[in-house]
Amino acid sequence: MMDNFVIPLVKILVVLNATLVGVTYMVLLERKVIAWAQSRLGPMRVGPYGVLQPVADAVKLMIKEDITPVRADKWVFTIAPIISMVPALIVYAVIPFGPTVSIFGHPVALYVTDVNIGLLYVVSVASVGVYGIILAGYASNSKYPLLASLRASAQLISYEVAVTLTLVSVIMMAGSLSMVSIVNAQYNANVWFAFVQPLAFGIFVIGGLAETNRAPFDMPEAEQELTGGFHTEYSGMRFALFFLAEYANMIVVSSVATTLFLGGWLRPFPNVAALHFLDLIPSWTWFLIKSFLFLYFFIWIRATLPRYRYDQLMRLGWKVLIPLAIANLVVTGIVKVLLH
Amino acid sequence: MGQAIAFYTLAAFILGFAVLVVTTKDTVHSVLFLVLDFLFVAALYVLLHAPFLAAIQVLVYAGGIVVLYLFVVMLVNLKRPPEAHSDTHRRTKLGFGLAAAVLAEVAAIAAYGSSLPATPSAVGAAMPVAGNTEQVGWMLYTSYLIPFEIASMLLLVAMIGAIVLAKREL
Amino acid sequence: MITPTHYMLLSAALFIIGVIGVMVRRNIIIIFMSIELILNAVNINLVAYSSQLQNTIGQVFAIFVIAVAAAEAAVGLGIILAFYRNKETVNIDEMNLMRW
Repeated sequence: MMDNFVIPLVKILVVLNATLVGVTYMVLLERKVIAWAQSRLGPMRVGPYGVLQPVADAVKLMIKEDITPVRADKWVFTIAPIISMVPALIVYAVIPFGPTVSIFGHPVALYVTDVNIGLLYVVSVASVGVYGIILAGYASNSKYPLLASLRASAQLISYEVAVTLTLVSVIMMAGSLSMVSIVNAQYNANVWFAFVQPLAFGIFVIGGLAETNRAPFDMPEAEQELTGGFHTEYSGMRFALFFLAEYANMIVVSSVATTLFLGGWLRPFPNVAALHFLDLIPSWTWFLIKSFLFLYFFIWIRATLPRYRYDQLMRLGWKVLIPLAIANLVVTGIVKVLLH
Repeated sequence: MGQAIAFYTLAAFILGFAVLVVTTKDTVHSVLFLVLDFLFVAALYVLLHAPFLAAIQVLVYAGGIVVLYLFVVMLVNLKRPPEAHSDTHRRTKLGFGLAAAVLAEVAAIAAYGSSLPATPSAVGAAMPVAGNTEQVGWMLYTSYLIPFEIASMLLLVAMIGAIVLAKREL
Repeated sequence: MITPTHYMLLSAALFIIGVIGVMVRRNIIIIFMSIELILNAVNINLVAYSSQLQNTIGQVFAIFVIAVAAAEAAVGLGIILAFYRNKETVNIDEMNLMRW
């Protein structure tokens, strides 16, 4: 009873709450980091150094008027943001934040569950997230959002292929689909997979940027293009859901990249006994530090690089990344067979 | 007991959404009901101890094929509103007649099959790997390698064919 | 106790709904989707018996069915798009170019 219901429920509550708070503070982090990159200060008025800015943003979005276009499809208009948000949140069921630790003498695993098909679950849930974007553009019953949503979903499904192929290379290295096994494989191999599969790592990061519609691949939703993209007709809390879904997707991509390529909860050099003092930092803190590095990197890229044009974007995805990912897969397979 | 509740709930949802797919006038709603149907079928596969197939069903069917249907529906709907007139039901009697025939046949098989003992026969070959994904992979790459390669060529040909058919200028 | 017979009845019911969809509806996209329902019904049957007989071959067959369904959907939808560009209709009663 305790092990089957109470502990997983507590874990789910903790993870969901942490994610939602993290997502709202990502907004502040992004504004601050981009501001610092542009030699200014960012939000400073609300709270000390602007720390309460997300609260002000949330209140503003909640009290805004909720407009539904006249001839829009009401049901589809309502559920599109929900379809965008839900896959971003349920992926956290398989992401491991740490190994099994003992809390008050009770062994508790620091992940909600460990499914045998963990990585496949992540990919399949991410592929369902495309529906939110397509339906948002369709349900708005207006030209520009429809075009933008078709562009955005075409971009998403193109880069999904490249990302999935890189994940297959990682699975070949680890020998299992379960996320916990992948981290354990990195522990047993004494090396993070980012150093063994640098090309896969690079393709995953670029593909992750494109999957979450982040700069420099954010043409479908930039304000200067197509009047705001697929979420033009959305206002108030629905727009907030899209916004938060994008940041939640970014955190998911960072968490998955950390687990697969940067060793998950492992500290640097986990098998070197001389660095045991690094064990003072608990495993889940290492995970958060590495994910935060990825998030910072994503925001840094947004502040730095100009936007890709749509045809350049699609050319990059289909003609450059997919052949590279396939080549990486073939080379990984050959090397693994030769070394056995 | 829990398995029975799960099965009946999932079966009710699957059949309910299937009826909605076939009877809804608005094509986009029909496609959305199809997605939900596939998701519930994937849940049914999890109940049947086939988690790999459930993930593949969500990834390929719900996340790939139905997205394709949705794109085509939106491209076709662009100039006209959804069907406002009702279908003059074509071939209704033939359809229901076929349905009754299939139902009678299945009832006969069920009655015949219930008289046999329901034991897991020793058909399953012993495989050197454990775990559902590993077993499926083992069978795909050893006993059924040739169908696997033929299926991949079929997908390549289908991809080229679809691009050629849907291009504006050739 | 859920026997494979239950799954077979569910699969037959889904199959029947798909067949009725193919026969009754006029919109060709709905007909295609009913064909997908038929293929799913077959898959449910295969996986149910694979689970009862403890042999993974049912699931392998189901994977091939999914692959073939993907190929068929792609080509079929390409044909629909090409036809729509020429005749501006998705009503199957008006797709009679080969009728004398």
